[in-house]
Amino acid sequence: MSVLVDETTRLAVAGITGREGSFHTLNNRAYGTNVVGGVTPGKGGQDVEGIPVFDSWEEVVAAAQPNTAMIFVPPRFAADSILEAAAAGVELIVAITEGIPAHDELRVYNTLVRDHPGTRLIGPNCPGILSPGKANVGIIPAAFFTEGAVAVVSRSGTLTYQIGNELAKAGVGCSTIVGIGGDPVPGSSFVDIVALFERDEQTELIVLAGEIGGSAEEEAAAYIAENIAKPVVAYIAGFTAPAGKQMGHAGAIISGSAGTAQAKADALEARGVRVGRTPTEAAEIAVQLLG
Amino acid sequence: MDLLEYQGKQLFARHGLRVSSGEEVESVEDAVAVADRVGYPVVVKAQVLIGGRGKAGGVKLAADAGETREHAANILGMNIGGHTVHRLWVEHASDIASEYYAAVLLDRSAKRPLVMFSTEGGVDIEEVAERTPEKLVRSHVDALEGLGREQALQIARDGGVDEDVVEGVADALLALYDVWIGEDATLAEINPLIVTPEREVRALDAKVSLDGNALFRHPENADLSDPENEDPIERRARENGVQYVALDGDIGILGNGAGLVMSTLDVVSLAGGSPANFLDAGGGSDAKKVEQAIGLILSNPNVKAVLVNIFGGITRGEEVAGGLIAAFNELSPSVPFVVRLDGTNADQGRALLDDAALAGVHTAGSMNEAAELVVALAKDAG
Repeated sequence: MSVLVDETTRLAVAGITGREGSFHTLNNRAYGTNVVGGVTPGKGGQDVEGIPVFDSWEEVVAAAQPNTAMIFVPPRFAADSILEAAAAGVELIVAITEGIPAHDELRVYNTLVRDHPGTRLIGPNCPGILSPGKANVGIIPAAFFTEGAVAVVSRSGTLTYQIGNELAKAGVGCSTIVGIGGDPVPGSSFVDIVALFERDEQTELIVLAGEIGGSAEEEAAAYIAENIAKPVVAYIAGFTAPAGKQMGHAGAIISGSAGTAQAKADALEARGVRVGRTPTEAAEIAVQLLG
Repeated sequence: MDLLEYQGKQLFARHGLRVSSGEEVESVEDAVAVADRVGYPVVVKAQVLIGGRGKAGGVKLAADAGETREHAANILGMNIGGHTVHRLWVEHASDIASEYYAAVLLDRSAKRPLVMFSTEGGVDIEEVAERTPEKLVRSHVDALEGLGREQALQIARDGGVDEDVVEGVADALLALYDVWIGEDATLAEINPLIVTPEREVRALDAKVSLDGNALFRHPENADLSDPENEDPIERRARENGVQYVALDGDIGILGNGAGLVMSTLDVVSLAGGSPANFLDAGGGSDAKKVEQAIGLILSNPNVKAVLVNIFGGITRGEEVAGGLIAAFNELSPSVPFVVRLDGTNADQGRALLDDAALAGVHTAGSMNEAAELVVALAKDAG
């Protein structure tokens, strides 16, 4: 098993004809992901290395039956592309695009809840999802990950690679790596993904990598204490971040006294989650707990 | 992107929220001219992006032209928490019957807009929330429907305002919500929202944060904020599309990916060092970007050593190495560098660096080792 993406994934990509979009789509296909189509308005009928391009989500769904959408279009068009994919009936949407306005994200999130409750959105501003050995949807450098028992969920891409690489060096593989993204209104939260990992047979241990801003880690801590039997190891970035400054990610900002790394680490530890002080230490704890 | 009070008030006025008549000025003469026009008494307020203006003496009441001149002269140039006052807001002083608090913000946890309202205005709202939470009304708004009149009236009533200002407070809340939506704000706050003896509801202060990602919809807002008090390196970075945050230490940091860079700052601090900046060169950093980033870091005179921490995903090791070598040839830095390259094509990158044998460049095998080394080098540089 694994979660969200695997051998049954049928991927279609919005923005497939762009420079980044085509590069990563082909990378995903080279990894073994079944890429069935792409969407670029006005370029229907073309193809990208044999992958057929359509003008709309409705058309690609009718012709190629994708069950997973990846969004690579520029920020100002991304919200509508996500909603169009959902309206066409795609169940899983992975939005890589960075820089989408927060109000657009609010509109997307609440429209999905109201009109398309069966659709799951991962991201935006995320590196995607990788189930090693099965499928890669997004920009995660798959070469650093082997198949195994550790599931990773993270708000940060490179931090995920760092932790995954430390695990790999210790001979530990991963079931699925999910990047939920660094924006203020992510489509899926730590809680949503941790719940999937709990039900996944392949996953024996969960690594959660959080950062400053918002309260998603605190909510995850409360949820884990009540609902998760598998061991969870966490890492939080941003202990030295000053208040009121956006640290790269739009969502990584301490507002007043809320959203500090210390508060998040404390909340997790109070609920029995081991928190590593460095990415290396978090990986070491995970390896040690797996025995 | 945080706005100064006067910029917030200008947005308020544009959306039909009542503010006192006043103007932004940059000189004592202009302050007096505005005061003469709006009528005495006036309030002279420092325009800086930091709290505690009143306590620092940056907000003064003036009864006549003489007092206006005196206060304006004192406040202009004043240093408030590290911010120099370059601008004043001068407005007609309001008579105040009641002071309320009102805000619209993005509740990240509920993923909906949140209206907050309290009749305990003019004080720190975090304190009100802690000590007397029953006096703070919190009302979520349907993100797709927006704030309606009924809900606004209900918030005013739940807040316990006098019956004769329920309508006026609801109007102010609706206008504030309109600011929040219409300007792509992440926060629109009024503290205090006052009621005058004539029962008029008016914003006496304005705290607005705009979403930098939405500026393509509001090009007219792109130049707001406080240019003179913006860190010059932060400004240059912003203009070049680089994510840079100035910090007060002496170890320059360059990394890729916000999470990894934040983590690098933490690991350097754990090793006993003090970072001089946050700099995310971003995914897919090419040689040119790396060179530019190093230029930004070295333009901070406090920097005694630099740590480059790259885990390549999209970013390729040989590109980073190429950028480093180019930056060294261009800038001939006088401070030591520690480079940790991992991920995609890291071996090629390390080989390039070894061949170039740049003076003062050390390589490290892991993030922790790199942090310890750079801290030691910064200490040696004293």
